[in-house]
Amino acid sequence: MTTTTTPAPPAATAPQPERKPPLAFTGLTRRQRLGKWDVKLSPYLYISPFFILFGLIGLFPLLYTFVVSLYDWHLLKGQGDFIGFDNFVAVLGDRFFWNSLGNTLSIFLLSSIPQLACAIVIAAILDQHLRAKTFWRMSVLLPYIVTPVAVSLIFTNMFNEQYGLINNFLGNFGIDAIPWKTETLPSHIAIATMVNFRWTGYNALILLAAMQSVPRDIHESAALDGAGAIRRFLSITIPSIKPTLIFVIITATIGGLQIFSEPRLFDPVTAGGNARQFQTTVLYLWEMAFFRLDFGKASAIAFLLFLIIMAIGFVNFLVTTRIGGSERTAKPGGKIGRTGTRTGTGTGTRKGLTK
Amino acid sequence: MTATTEVAAAVPLAAPPTSPDPRKPRLRRGGGGTFDRRPGFLTYGILGVLLLINVYPLWWSVVVGSRNNQALSSDWPPLLPGGNFWINVGEVMDSIPFWKALGNSLIISGVITVSVVLFSTLAGYAFAKLKFKGRNGLMVFVITTMAIPTQLGIIPLFILMKQWGWTGEIGAVIVPTLVTAFGVFFMRQYLVDVIPDELIEAARVDGASMIGTFWHVAVPAARPAMAILSLFTFMSAWTDFLWPLLVLDATNPTLQTALSQLQSARYVDFSIVLTGAVLSTLPLLILFFVAGRQLISGIMQGAVKG
Repeated sequence: MTTTTTPAPPAATAPQPERKPPLAFTGLTRRQRLGKWDVKLSPYLYISPFFILFGLIGLFPLLYTFVVSLYDWHLLKGQGDFIGFDNFVAVLGDRFFWNSLGNTLSIFLLSSIPQLACAIVIAAILDQHLRAKTFWRMSVLLPYIVTPVAVSLIFTNMFNEQYGLINNFLGNFGIDAIPWKTETLPSHIAIATMVNFRWTGYNALILLAAMQSVPRDIHESAALDGAGAIRRFLSITIPSIKPTLIFVIITATIGGLQIFSEPRLFDPVTAGGNARQFQTTVLYLWEMAFFRLDFGKASAIAFLLFLIIMAIGFVNFLVTTRIGGSERTAKPGGKIGRTGTRTGTGTGTRKGLTK
Repeated sequence: MTATTEVAAAVPLAAPPTSPDPRKPRLRRGGGGTFDRRPGFLTYGILGVLLLINVYPLWWSVVVGSRNNQALSSDWPPLLPGGNFWINVGEVMDSIPFWKALGNSLIISGVITVSVVLFSTLAGYAFAKLKFKGRNGLMVFVITTMAIPTQLGIIPLFILMKQWGWTGEIGAVIVPTLVTAFGVFFMRQYLVDVIPDELIEAARVDGASMIGTFWHVAVPAARPAMAILSLFTFMSAWTDFLWPLLVLDATNPTLQTALSQLQSARYVDFSIVLTGAVLSTLPLLILFFVAGRQLISGIMQGAVKG
């Protein structure tokens, strides 16, 4: 494989003629020379479709968002004057923007925390010597194949304030109808429920896989030492799946901060409720761009959200590497040969596929 | 170089080469569980309740979708379907261009899947098995971009589509998702261990060209991972909502945007909306029963690689 350096005139290689087998550059046939270019160029040829397309349709629009945000840009009239950071100033002084950010965070917390807690418990239940293992795993994953739009429609019906299934049901026990749509917290809970319904089982399977990679003998020796099931769960299982757990949190953050379908469809006539009580940031972006037709401000919102997501991702990354690092030394009785691999965590399956 | 290892630490490091059958990535542990003791009644009870919770919303849509709106006003919800299903289906077909939407969704998801899997396998193979200048740096770039929410570039993308005159065309939905960084990363992780370097060298010695080696050595080895990537790419293209909503109009929708139109009127007939939800779920339900195992192993393999 040393032949990868280009064949130069003999004079140029004179300082180090012994390094190379002499036949490398003299007796090449046409075919061999073609083969050499084949070896050199092919890798670039194979990766170029990805980089060219990704640059054009992924990266460029994202960066150009910043450019648009510096202009007075109307959906119909097109590009206007350069106004510097005026759009950012306007957005940062806009209480609807902050309202949307608060709603997004609230919905995100209401969906991610119960979801993760349930997913861990479900994973632990599945991580047993079950009969009909595949059946139970499939039953947990079933909601994932219901699309977010269908989930939103179904739950919007169930959370209907007047005739909804849930309020009807509660009414039988003398509980007053809960204003799922008109009040802030109930609406956030309703939307978070939609997210939780679709993603809990999915995350449970990721965590289940992590639990199954914990070597059995650790559990066995702990049990011999008298540790009960709960004790083993807290001291062995939880620490070992921590990296995966953090990864799940990161992907949930990136997806959760861009939530759109659920709040959009929860009330189809408004963009996030009469009083914007469940308007998320992406929903506000959408309203700004396609109802107020202000592409400049919408781009500013998009760019600010981008910065926030990147910042949270970066903090998560730092936390991950720190915990992942201390994890390796603190592992109880882990086999040395295996510990390194355990830092490998969940994939971006979800991230790549949610949107 | 530290950057490489640190970034890689946050994500799976390697494909599971030790288990040749990708469906059973963790056979060694004998079915999971702490011990071989069979779990008791309580476990199955909890799982049964979970199953009910997961199935009920879908079942509820079948019940409402086969009745009329009056079913909603009773104190105790009806548990069994009524006889109105086909009438409601007819109403759905009248209100939205259902077959067109279904066709559009199939074309869009199909083209995106083929493109993502093809380009991801090519690039993933190059990153996993070929030596070239800048390989590590470019791979770090790919991993980093996985964490970037490129969906937030929708405004310039919309301006671009408008300039090209593509708004309203399904091409505008296809083009922005032709490649994904995740796909490249996924294929790279799988191929890096699954193909022995000797196999590639042997093919080269036998006189195969680079592309011939890719086709005859890499693609057959990559097939299981390609299947999983196809499944997930198809799912995500199928469920996408925001972007199709922006660039397509009501006359040429995808299944998801058409479905959302059912609810857009001020007076909402829920039995029709939920019939639509049922109809739109059926294709994925079929896929789930055919390929559910692969879906599960894909999620679980992705979770613990190496």
